[in-house]
Amino acid sequence: MAFEGLAQRLQGTLQKIKGKGKISEADVKEMMREVRFALIEADVNLKVVKEFVKTVSERAVGQDVMKSLTPGQQVVKIVKDELTNLMGGEQNPIQFARKSPTVIMMVGLQGAGKTTTTGKLATVLRKRHNKKPLLVAADVYRPAAIQQLETLGKQLTMPVFSLGTDVSPVEIARQAIAEAEKEHHDVVIIDTAGRLHVDENLMQELKDIRELSKPDEVFLVVDAMTGQDAVNVAKSFDEAIGITGVVLTKLDGDTRGGAALSIRSVTQKPIKFVGMGEKMDALEPFHPERMASRILGMGDVMSLIEKAQENVDEEKAKELEQKFRTQTFTLDDFLDQLQQVKKMGPLDEILKMMPGMNKIKGLENAQVDESQMGRVEAVIRSMTIAERTTPEIINANRRKRIAKGSGTSIQEVNRLLKQFEDMKKMVKQMTNMQQKGKKKMKMPGFDSLFR
Amino acid sequence: MTFFKKLKEKITGTNETVTEKFKDGLSKTRNSFTSKVNDLVARFREVDEEFFEELEELLLQADVGVETVMELVDQLRWEVQRKNIKNTEGIQSVISEKLVEIYKAGEELDTELNMQDDLTVILMVGVNGVGKTTTIGKLAARLKEEGKTVMLAAGDTFRAGAIDQLVVWGDRVGVEVIRQSEGSDPAAVMYDAIRAAKSRKVDVLICDTAGRLQNKVNLMNELEKVHRVIGKEIEGAPHEVLLALDATTGQNALIQAQTFKEATNVTGIVLTKLDGTAKGGIVLAIRNKLKIPVKFVGLGEGMDDLQPFDPEKYVYGLFAEGLEKEAE
Repeated sequence: MAFEGLAQRLQGTLQKIKGKGKISEADVKEMMREVRFALIEADVNLKVVKEFVKTVSERAVGQDVMKSLTPGQQVVKIVKDELTNLMGGEQNPIQFARKSPTVIMMVGLQGAGKTTTTGKLATVLRKRHNKKPLLVAADVYRPAAIQQLETLGKQLTMPVFSLGTDVSPVEIARQAIAEAEKEHHDVVIIDTAGRLHVDENLMQELKDIRELSKPDEVFLVVDAMTGQDAVNVAKSFDEAIGITGVVLTKLDGDTRGGAALSIRSVTQKPIKFVGMGEKMDALEPFHPERMASRILGMGDVMSLIEKAQENVDEEKAKELEQKFRTQTFTLDDFLDQLQQVKKMGPLDEILKMMPGMNKIKGLENAQVDESQMGRVEAVIRSMTIAERTTPEIINANRRKRIAKGSGTSIQEVNRLLKQFEDMKKMVKQMTNMQQKGKKKMKMPGFDSLFR
Repeated sequence: MTFFKKLKEKITGTNETVTEKFKDGLSKTRNSFTSKVNDLVARFREVDEEFFEELEELLLQADVGVETVMELVDQLRWEVQRKNIKNTEGIQSVISEKLVEIYKAGEELDTELNMQDDLTVILMVGVNGVGKTTTIGKLAARLKEEGKTVMLAAGDTFRAGAIDQLVVWGDRVGVEVIRQSEGSDPAAVMYDAIRAAKSRKVDVLICDTAGRLQNKVNLMNELEKVHRVIGKEIEGAPHEVLLALDATTGQNALIQAQTFKEATNVTGIVLTKLDGTAKGGIVLAIRNKLKIPVKFVGLGEGMDDLQPFDPEKYVYGLFAEGLEKEAE
């Protein structure tokens, strides 16, 4: 049931225009039908889709079918470029006030993730901008909302300002800002209660808070899974209180996130951050191009590469490369490699980021067996140092001992040793190739983990 | 018209206030689906291709999803041809009839909870922020009103403040909440709660769980374990697994329903936040593809804002304005 990517959707249509020199209007029309469906399935608002398709059609008609690209790729490229453009070119940093404190207001529907995002944003401000934020618990309606923020504050060792549930949110905001001035906090983040955009009383309350606190930023927090209604929500909030930016949450799910495009095109306000997980450091800057790929179901290669870069230890990689060259790669190094891969996060998430992976039949629900990695680790750890460096000495008796020691079976030990041998052979071939100036080989054994 | 008459009689005959609630909840919508259908009917005299195209778009904007919309509109085309309907008058009833029919899919619908003679265990699952805890509070109030004794299990040991939130609801409704500290094993909480529920001889135990995105394999495994632990303690339990679904959710809801069904054998859906402008049309697709029925809808934040789902009323709510105009 996973959604098809746009490229795949276009397959059928493309067969027909293969070999043509130019893309005709009729071809474009047919392809745009598929583009339209792909975008609607990604939850982009219908009106936004229509406008978008119109722009893209105009660009696509009459294009030369370039030699390097197939016409289909070209259309996909135009679609993707246009999508990226629409979602806003340059990165948008947070606007800080000239005179402290900077006031940031968090608004949105119930359950969008305002409180969690407040915690994450505070973490970013402290870590990257060297700020000293004060969190303000202004959600007096939802049961235990204040406790939630207070708990987060404790986890992050960050002060939380609250006056209980009997004081009006406007008053809470007023006193919080006074407190921040007194205690020299340079940022105040006001966590407001979730509310429906059609609830006039509660929207008025937000207007009042805005009026009083004169915020430098008003962030609309939106669930990335939101459907067609995203435009109504974004428009209402923007018209009522004037938002300055958007935070898209729960993007670590498998939604295509078309809401991002809808919101952007109705409000023209930048998407500033995306929430990528439940941990407090899981708030990332927004990348229009990646979002475009995602909406089109094309995989997120950039994030994958970045993740790898962030987590792979350069020194170790160099050392390893040396070992490859001299072919002194041991089981210990293999273990190191496993650790490096593991640091990149759950393997199935990494897999999902690879383009094409979501299209392989049967793989959409495949779970990479991480316990398998644990077992491999256990086997290696049950070996002596001598065995790890020269696996050739592992005889039947040793195998038995290793199996017992690691709680696995002799078969599993055999399989690992076989895999290791195969890998060494492969590495040997690769390094030979490398001598001739080929690209560096990284992470051997990666593929042997996926069976 | 006859369909609407029957429908109205049926509804008004049974429970006026509930219908009003449905209408209230749904009528908060300014640019509602209904008024758009009315516009559509008013603008088009004839039922032609253009009319169907616009109808398609209306349904797409209610998050029904491409496939289900295509199916529905194809069936409508056929129906219109069969009945030889030429003008748009009366097309509304055909549309709503068809929507209900697709939803029912030839089955007799049962939105009743599967209640046991002794202890009934209800497990609440769903992604983050859909309203699981709030729904549990409302459901507990509802069951208590019916004369049942209810106990709650604070199984969301992960999110900050989640246990406190459930405890507040417990106090409000006046039911006991079994809890452990934040960060403890949710399966252990369930085990404790079932023991307590048995010894106190309560009728219904409602178990809260932490919100989780359906693509987090580890968290889904944890949920499976919770489900298993409950089943070990009482055979056949949990008797109901309710998936809370936010009405504003788009096409991802279908994947949510499928994945949660695989992990915990979901028996019903609670469609929350239906008092906003979102229509939750995806439930049609979910019903169509996965056969999971909607059992309740959340229409507001009050304790009594949880209502049993009735596809006829749901459609009636969507078409209420049109009906009243016709009746005048």
